[in-house]
Amino acid sequence: MKIRVLVRPKEGILDPQGEAVRGALPALGFGGVKTVHIGRLIEMEVESADEVDAMCRRLLSNPTIEEYEWEVVS
Amino acid sequence: MGGGLVRIGVTIFPGSNCDRDALYAVGRMGAEPVELWHAEADLKRVDAVIVPGGFSYGDYLRPGAIARFAAVMGPLEGFAAEGGPVIGVCNGFQVLCEAHLLPGALLQNTHMRFVCDRVRVRVEATNTPWTAGCEGGEELTLPVAHNEGNFFADAETLARLEDEDRVVLRYLENPNGSANDIAGVCNEGRNVVGIMPHPERVSDPALGSEEGLKILRSVLVGAGV
Amino acid sequence: MGREPNYLELSLFSVMWSEHCGYKNSRPLLRRFPNEGARVLQGPGENAGVVEVGDGWALAFKMESHNHPSAVEPYEGAATGVGGIIRDILAMGARPVALLDSLRFGPLEEERNRYLFREVVRGIGGYGNAVGVPTVGGEVEFSPAYSGNPLVNAMCVGLIRVNDLMRSRATGVGNAVVLLGSKTGRDGIHGATFASDELTEESESKRSNVQVGDPFAEKMLIECCLELLRQDLLVSLQDLGAAGITSSASEMAASGGVGIDIEVEKVPRRETGMEPWEVMISESQERMLTVVEPEKVDEALALAKKYGIGGTVVGSVAGHGDLRVVEDGEVAGTVSAEHLADAPVYEREVVRPAYLDEVQKFNVAEIPEPEDYNEVLLKMLSHPNLRSRRSIYRQYDHEVGTSTVVAPGADAAVMRIKGTKRGFAVTTDGRGRHCYLDPRGGGAATVAEAYRNLSCVGAEPVAVTDCLNFGSPEKPDGYYQLAECVEGMAQACEALGTPVVSGNVSLFNETDRGPIYPTPTVGMVGVFEDVGWHATSAFKREGDMVVVFDGKIGPRDDSLLAGSEYLEIVHGRVAGAPPKPDLAAEKRASDLVREMIRSGLIDTAHDLSGGGKLVALAEMAMDGGIGLRYDETEVEAMRKYGHRLEILLGEKGAGFLIAFPEDRWNEVQEVLGGFAYDSIGYTGGDRFRIGDLVDLSLDELRDAYDQDLFGIPGEAVGGSEAVG
Repeated sequence: MKIRVLVRPKEGILDPQGEAVRGALPALGFGGVKTVHIGRLIEMEVESADEVDAMCRRLLSNPTIEEYEWEVVS
Repeated sequence: MGGGLVRIGVTIFPGSNCDRDALYAVGRMGAEPVELWHAEADLKRVDAVIVPGGFSYGDYLRPGAIARFAAVMGPLEGFAAEGGPVIGVCNGFQVLCEAHLLPGALLQNTHMRFVCDRVRVRVEATNTPWTAGCEGGEELTLPVAHNEGNFFADAETLARLEDEDRVVLRYLENPNGSANDIAGVCNEGRNVVGIMPHPERVSDPALGSEEGLKILRSVLVGAGV
Repeated sequence: MGREPNYLELSLFSVMWSEHCGYKNSRPLLRRFPNEGARVLQGPGENAGVVEVGDGWALAFKMESHNHPSAVEPYEGAATGVGGIIRDILAMGARPVALLDSLRFGPLEEERNRYLFREVVRGIGGYGNAVGVPTVGGEVEFSPAYSGNPLVNAMCVGLIRVNDLMRSRATGVGNAVVLLGSKTGRDGIHGATFASDELTEESESKRSNVQVGDPFAEKMLIECCLELLRQDLLVSLQDLGAAGITSSASEMAASGGVGIDIEVEKVPRRETGMEPWEVMISESQERMLTVVEPEKVDEALALAKKYGIGGTVVGSVAGHGDLRVVEDGEVAGTVSAEHLADAPVYEREVVRPAYLDEVQKFNVAEIPEPEDYNEVLLKMLSHPNLRSRRSIYRQYDHEVGTSTVVAPGADAAVMRIKGTKRGFAVTTDGRGRHCYLDPRGGGAATVAEAYRNLSCVGAEPVAVTDCLNFGSPEKPDGYYQLAECVEGMAQACEALGTPVVSGNVSLFNETDRGPIYPTPTVGMVGVFEDVGWHATSAFKREGDMVVVFDGKIGPRDDSLLAGSEYLEIVHGRVAGAPPKPDLAAEKRASDLVREMIRSGLIDTAHDLSGGGKLVALAEMAMDGGIGLRYDETEVEAMRKYGHRLEILLGEKGAGFLIAFPEDRWNEVQEVLGGFAYDSIGYTGGDRFRIGDLVDLSLDELRDAYDQDLFGIPGEAVGGSEAVG
């Protein structure tokens, strides 16, 4: 099955990349952008979803600074 | 220690690139350099370990995230738990944080650029095996070279690090946005130290400075040499 | 070949006979370059040139362009440029120990140019920092001539024992051909032909042509190849660059006088459904081709596994002299390796372009004496062409390897060779504006500038690598510029005793806005017997005497402002015929300054270059954090001569500034006998004073000079405004 994992900076963690994009969008004429956060998208094909959560905790994210969510895509 | 030279191991991950510099600096310290290949679960009876800088596994996921699972890390964790002196430099610091041997994490520099420069730091704690040879409050000029050196820990952890005197080095000019200007910390047992600056790069008068040897040679003080 | 080639064979010829690989337009001209010298162990024709250092050590080095890929995708274009040049050095068996980058962009006022500049620098750092080779030097210039067509020339220097030199020559019929490194995808299909086309709107969208670099894979590839060589497991080694396996295999076969069979289905692939021709010309990065004796194959593959990189037998050395592509036992294409590696050559007529008379028109009387020299100096120092490069090299790890003795920002990088007293220095230089105004003089001046830069850190210049960056040679102006620049460079290389041992050609650097300046760039390497005796430009002590000297005796030259930085920055003009380089004078002056450093007489030296004496002195003061008091009588004398503007801001070459404790003045005067020289003042204090002409604090100088190059012009403090 296909799994999609989203990893992003935890709330309150400085996200300089997101900040840079947030600053750049109005400069290009896109108004009304309040926040931008940049994270990571990980797609995997696995035989079973049983261990996906452990993968997220142990390797795919760093719980000190990141949070994650995942879903079965197909 | 068996009478011979103090044996200092340097871990080598596939993308380590300061490993040879660290081995060279160990020679400059007057100790015996020992290569510790990542795929071998063997610390080869070393007396101390340096986890050097570089890009251990390309750092594509997060710096240090994959290195933590290398075969050599098992015995290294055991060595650290028994009080063996371990220092992580730059990427090595990142590896030790990912391996939970040290608290916190190293985020991307706030200015989002790699920074290679010399910075002034102050030695804040001398009761670790890697700073025992320095004076408390001593100021050193050390090289930094990193993209993720911005130390982060939650407020509670930061407060504990400060209270327990576990901030080992502090920047006098913060090059990366690090919390509390932290350049280096140690674990509760004080035997595991992580620092962003590179002492091995200033361990030779031919390069203009030997200030890094004050840090590296500290471990010989602890070893009674 | 006696029959119509099939599609696969046509593909092979099409990439191999492109300019990037075949040098169709440039080969006859390149024969002008001297290639031999006492220290040369390997001249052109291999992956890199090699010179001897002493104590059994040698240096392998080469510079290569990655202009077109960087114009389209600057981060990856620059990154793979760095990766590619590292593999060229590795192919000689050398450990890569130093990187430099010679860069050109359009003015930073344009957003697109800022983007290209920022991303190219990020790409160089992103690759170099991770792969663990320090970026120790280079240069960057900005001019409208490079808008939309940046120049990205990467140079690498490697260190090797003379006895361990490796060659790419394939030998031993029956030996295995082993492909090491990353898997093969469709990256950069037709990149080699792409590199030789003019840039158009359409090529901007050809992004699939650009390869993506993986410095982590390269790092492992380096360590693996060096270990294979240490264990004597390789017969030959070759990098895969432009035109991929085709180019590597045919060159290995042609130089060994043998053939190579590639069993194309064995090449590990990253994508499905790839055709044999795609596999053969793919430019996927981080791969090397090796020849291994059959009984050593298992050991070699085991080492590849240890280092976590791919290792696959993909063919064998054959006796037939062809590059033969075999798919599942069937021959899919056969071409003569020698024929493939030997592209046809075009020779063209050299006709002086009409534009030269126009641009060389310049009357110094049109240039008024500035009212305020303080303002002129600050404007010059803040201009992107003269401003501090710190905001660039701070993004490059320039210390990894713990051999960098003099960090970036100096006239040349100085590196030590561990375990010996020896060292080497390396510099890259280019003078596009000068070459545009006078191609032959500019070509010679480019080589002379590199010679000066090495000499004033105290190194003995040894040999040259070059990148010939030009517009279309199919246009008469373009061919003239190419031919004349090469002639000037060749004359200088002969006069200065620095042969060309490697290089690369990048033609068709043109956009809708026209061609770039003709910009040959030179990477020059010099050696030290004792690297402890080197100099830098920073003032070292208060109270040192400062002396300017040049190797030419005679009246001062009125053409000094022609083609100068001053003229472009302050007056917005690119005009005039710059002074013809006097190569004998260049050599005499450079050789003297080097001897003064080697004998311990001086430790402070700087060459006169862009911005002339005024800018050079300001740099020396800022670098050392020590001010300058220019002698009043000198300023008076300048006033009497009536051309102090030329004296302070003119650019002639063959000149140096030196500083030393006053008690050495007698000795210095003795060695300067026969040179024109002036004692111009003393170091000291925290102000930079030139009589009543200039009076600024070091902080004021630094505020102008140290501005971030990555800011938006006009928004930065004291940013460069439009010049009047």
